[in-house]
Amino acid sequence: MTPNLVYIVVIGVLFAAGVSMVLERSLTRVLMGMILLGNGVNLLILLGGKAGTPPIVGLGPEEEMADPLPQIMILTAIVITLGMTAFLLALAYRSWAMSGHDEVQDDVEDRRIMQLAERDEGSGTDDTDHEATP
Amino acid sequence: MTFLVPLPVVMPLLGAALTLMMAGKPRAQRTVSLTVLTATLLVSCALLYFSTTDGSLVVAVGGWEAPLGIVLIADQLAALMLVVSSAVTLCVLVYSIGQGMADGHEETPLSVYHPTYLVLTAGVTNAFLAGDLFNLYVGFEILLVASYVLLTIGGTENRIRAGSTYVVVSLLSSVIFLTAIGLIYAATGTLNLAQLVERLDALPDGLRLILQGMLLLAFGIKAAVFPLSSWLPDSYPTAPAPVTAVFAGLLTKVGVYAIIRTETLLFPGGRAAVVLLITGLLTMVIGILGAVAQSDIKRLLSFTLISHIGYLLFGVGLTTQLGLASAIFYVVHHITIQTTLFLAAGLIEHRGGSTALDKLGGLAKLSPVLAVLFLVPALNLAGIPPFSGFIGKLGLVQAGVADGGVLAWMLVAGGILTSLLTLYAVARVWNLAFWRTPPKSMKPGRLPALMVAPTLALVVFGAALTFVAGPLFEVGDQAAESLQERTAYVQSVFGGETP
Repeated sequence: MTPNLVYIVVIGVLFAAGVSMVLERSLTRVLMGMILLGNGVNLLILLGGKAGTPPIVGLGPEEEMADPLPQIMILTAIVITLGMTAFLLALAYRSWAMSGHDEVQDDVEDRRIMQLAERDEGSGTDDTDHEATP
Repeated sequence: MTFLVPLPVVMPLLGAALTLMMAGKPRAQRTVSLTVLTATLLVSCALLYFSTTDGSLVVAVGGWEAPLGIVLIADQLAALMLVVSSAVTLCVLVYSIGQGMADGHEETPLSVYHPTYLVLTAGVTNAFLAGDLFNLYVGFEILLVASYVLLTIGGTENRIRAGSTYVVVSLLSSVIFLTAIGLIYAATGTLNLAQLVERLDALPDGLRLILQGMLLLAFGIKAAVFPLSSWLPDSYPTAPAPVTAVFAGLLTKVGVYAIIRTETLLFPGGRAAVVLLITGLLTMVIGILGAVAQSDIKRLLSFTLISHIGYLLFGVGLTTQLGLASAIFYVVHHITIQTTLFLAAGLIEHRGGSTALDKLGGLAKLSPVLAVLFLVPALNLAGIPPFSGFIGKLGLVQAGVADGGVLAWMLVAGGILTSLLTLYAVARVWNLAFWRTPPKSMKPGRLPALMVAPTLALVVFGAALTFVAGPLFEVGDQAAESLQERTAYVQSVFGGETP
C-alpha cells in the first residue's frame, strides 16, 4: 500500500498513546496501553502489503489483488493479543483481590539491599556465626 | 529423515492436549509428559546426528514450498540447541515430579502444570527450528504465554507481583519484535530467512541498520542483556524451583539463539559488533557486581545468569569463526550449569527451609550429597579447570586475543574479572550456607531421591562436557562455519537458486 498520511498519523497516535499508558502504574491502564500498541502494530503491518481487490482467484485480475500475507499475520497477532488481554485482566483481578489494588509494586528485596548499601553494610552477615548471634 | 524435523514441536503440543484432558489424574499426566519429553530428546539426538552427517534437514510445512509456505530447518546449531534443551527439560520434569511427591501432595504440581510445561517445550523447540521470522515470533509467543502461567502458578501475592513485571516487559518486547517484522516485510516483501539473506543485502545501509537495531532490541530484552535485564532478578526467584531452573536454562538462551541466527544470517559484516561487544562487557561486569551484593541464593544465581549472557554476546560480537564456535560451546555449557544450580538451590530450600543466606548454615555436614551437587556446578560456572566453563571461557579469551582490538582486549579482561567475581559469589554461598555452625532450626533429614537423581544427572552431564569438549567444539566450529558462509543455509531451503 502506498503510505497514506492518515494511516501514518493514526499509527503514530496509537503508538504514542499506547506507550504513555504502558508507563502507568496501574495494570488496567497498562493493559489498555498494550491493546493500543497492538493495534498500532497491526495497522503498521497492513501498510506493508499491497492494497487491491480481494485475493481470491477468479474474482478479478491477479495483478490487482491485495497482498493477503499481512492480513494473515494481523489475524495471528489479533488472536495472540486477545489471549494476552484475557490473561492480563485475570492477573489484574487477582492482584486486586490479593492486595486491594492493581498497581505494579516495587521489588521488596531490591529495596532492602539498596538500604543496606546506603547504610554501608554488607548484604549478608558474612563474618558472624549463628552461635555468636543467637 | 526429514519427517523427524517437526516432531520436537508436534509431540509436546499433542502431549499438552492429552495431559490437559487428563486433569485430575496426576499419574497418567506424569506418564504422558515423561514419554513425550523422552521421545523429544531421542528425536533431537537423531536430528543432531543426521544434520552432522547429511547436512541441514528442511521441511516445508503442509507441503507448501518456500517461500510461500513456512519451513522448519534443523541445521547443526538448531539440532545442538534442541538436544541440550530437551535433556534439560526432561531432567527438570523428573525433579518437579519428585518435588510434588516429596511435599506430600499428589495434586502438586497443579494439574495445569504438565500441559503448560509441554507447551513451553514446544515453544522453545519451535523457535529453534523456525526458518521464518514470523514463525520465530509465534515460537516466542508460545513459550512466553506458557511461561506467564508457570511463573504465576498458584497465584500467591508475591508471584502475582513478580509476574506482572515479567508479563508487561515480555509483552513490550513482543510488540517491538512484531513491529520489526512488519517493517521488514514492508521493506523486502518476505519473511523467509533464506530469502531475506539476499533481499536484505539489497537494501540501503541506513534502513538495514534500523531493522537490525529493532530486532536486537527485541531479542536483547528476551535474552536479558544489560541495560534491558532488570526484570529478570525481580521475577525469576519467586517461582517454584523447577520453573525457575527451566526458565534460567532456556528462555534467555532462546533470545541469544535468535541474536546469533539473525546477526550471522541476516546482518553479517558486523555493523552492530561494537554495540554487542560493549553491551556484552557491561552485562558481564554489572551482572556479577549485582550477584555479589545479594543475600538470597536464588537472586544471586539470577544475577550470575545475566552476567554470563555477556560471555555469549562477547563471542557473537567478535564475528570470527572461533568467537562464534566458543559462544555456541558456551551456550551448551551455560544452559546445563545454570539449570543445575537452580535445581540445587531448590534442594537447599527443601533441606534448609529457605534460600536466604543468613538463615542457612552447616549444610556440608548435614547433607554431604547436597554439598557435592552444589559445589561441582558452582566451580564449573566460575570456570575452574578442568570443567567445561573453563574450556568455554578459554575459547572466548583466545578468540578475543586473536581479534587483537582494544575493545576485544577490554572484553578479555572483563571476562577474566567476571570469572573471578563469579568464584567469589559462589564461594560466599558456600561459606555461609555450607560451612558455619548450623542454626538450631535445621533438623537432620533426607533428600528425596527423585529430586536428587535429576540434579545428579545434570551435574554429571555438565562435568561430562569436559570429556566430549573436543567433538562438541568441533560441532560448534562446523555450525559457526556454516553460519558464516550463509550459502549452505540458503541452499538447504531453495536447493541452488533463490527465487
